[in-house]
Amino acid sequence: MNNLIKGEKHDWEMVIGLEIHAQVKSNSKLFSSSSTKFGSLPNSQVSLVDAAMPGMLPVINKYCVEQAVKTGVGLNAKINNYSVFDRKNYFYADLPQGYQISQYKYPIVGEGKVTIDFKDGTSKDIRIVRLHLEQDAGKSLHDQNPSKTYVDLNRSGVALMEIVSEPDIRTPDEAGMYISKIRSILMYLDTCDGNMQEGSLRADVNISVRKPGDEYGTRCEIKNLNSIKFIKQAINYEAKRQIEILESGGSIEQNTMLFNTSTGKTRPMRNKEEAHDYRYFPDPDLLPLEISKEEIGKIKSSIPGLPDELKNKFIETYKLSNYDASVLTAEKQTSDYFNETINSDSELKNHAKIVVNWITSELFSLLNKNNQDLNKSPVSPENLGQLIKLISTNEISGKIAKDVLEDMFSSGKTARQIVDEKGLQQVTDQGEIAKVIDEVIAENPKMVEQYLAGKDKLLGFFVGQAMKLTKGKANPKMLNDILKQKLNKKN
Amino acid sequence: MKIDKNTINKIARLSRIKLDDKESEDYIKDLNSILDWVEQLNEVNTENVEPLSNISSSILPKREDLSNDSNSSEEILENAPDKLEGFFAVPKVVE
Repeated sequence: MNNLIKGEKHDWEMVIGLEIHAQVKSNSKLFSSSSTKFGSLPNSQVSLVDAAMPGMLPVINKYCVEQAVKTGVGLNAKINNYSVFDRKNYFYADLPQGYQISQYKYPIVGEGKVTIDFKDGTSKDIRIVRLHLEQDAGKSLHDQNPSKTYVDLNRSGVALMEIVSEPDIRTPDEAGMYISKIRSILMYLDTCDGNMQEGSLRADVNISVRKPGDEYGTRCEIKNLNSIKFIKQAINYEAKRQIEILESGGSIEQNTMLFNTSTGKTRPMRNKEEAHDYRYFPDPDLLPLEISKEEIGKIKSSIPGLPDELKNKFIETYKLSNYDASVLTAEKQTSDYFNETINSDSELKNHAKIVVNWITSELFSLLNKNNQDLNKSPVSPENLGQLIKLISTNEISGKIAKDVLEDMFSSGKTARQIVDEKGLQQVTDQGEIAKVIDEVIAENPKMVEQYLAGKDKLLGFFVGQAMKLTKGKANPKMLNDILKQKLNKKN
Repeated sequence: MKIDKNTINKIARLSRIKLDDKESEDYIKDLNSILDWVEQLNEVNTENVEPLSNISSSILPKREDLSNDSNSSEEILENAPDKLEGFFAVPKVVE
């Protein structure tokens, strides 16, 4: 695979690392009992701890710790028995404490890795440096008033997991696949709801460019991207910007950038060196976090199937390709749907590839068109299973099955009902098909002549005509065979 | 380590504290004497000793994941110098 970008003088390679911020799925905040519910009235879920009133002390949420450990296991990472909470000091209007409680030197989760799968069947490991627990900040609204910023502290103190990758990513697509994979793992584990629109999952991207084989170049960090599309756009723009500077003889200044989603451009944030002087120190209000091997073992044993395990199971049980299996397991609802469909009839196990195709292309495109989610699909797994069985037993053709699926989708009827009502059973009677073909041949003598003179492409025309007469119900293979036979006899 | 004018200005800026020249001089003197005093600790050999995060030997207390659903808005905004429709209103933070 060629991952390089053409430059004026030579090719360039991108070097990309991601810091993903994933909101922990929990009822209450990391250090207070306020609710974490999204979309409530401003400042309605703010305890005295979250508002940093004097004398308030943080008490850690046990469940958030478990969620971080679970996620660590999902990232194939080392879980640290001992970790420490530090204060990261900076001033901002939506940070009442004047510091964020985070983990610096001793994070709860250490090195791990996740695997991304490419369409061509290959895969690649992206190494994880660490995962640590920290507090989210409040939300600032800057565009409501010319002289004021409005602050809502509901998000202040919600638990975040920051997942830091090594700079192992080389293309915008890989970055997209990596964050999709992380999202998938989080959602299987139910440790984050994965909702990028609501900001439950967002990423900072570190990017530099280099001549292949050279040392890493100077990097810039693009802050706070909340969609995969924006991540890719921002990387593409930023890489191009850096290459232009380097090729015209300039050098890259290490900078924190913001991405403008309407112009598709990056620009540097205010460039104050002190902004990065966070003066971390251990939070004197919190003792070190210790987790015993037994506790870690208990959490590990509570973990449901992870996407990669399920993927391997699908490959083994149903002989699916690595790529098909990874598409099926990318989201839990998809793998659940597949499982229910294929288990709805014992016959379907032998047609796993057909089941995959009907879910990931036909059903998905209908859902997309109607802007619906798979877990609210009007076609149940059992009904899709029934439809696929009708195809696999040759009762209806694949082409007609597409119409049947659309009908099922809009009417809610079962495949059986629709096929019976509309009389869509495939015609597999040799005599009946032969009769139709005779008719077509008799009606188109000129075409027959041209075909026999060597215009092979006309075969499709005859097939089309015969299909029309049978309303698409003729078994395509039989139709083809008989047609060729009859035409060649004329020769 | 010695605190000089530049360091004191940087610390003041990071802490959002405005110091006049007299105050800077005073703080330079104070902080330097504190540092000199702490400097004595360097006489102890701390090689292979992990930094101490906490002197207490008790275990970090943890709470269950229960949320209270009380609406905090009124109480939380009570002391705010300026507010609007449930939001804190602060001087514009330009980004």
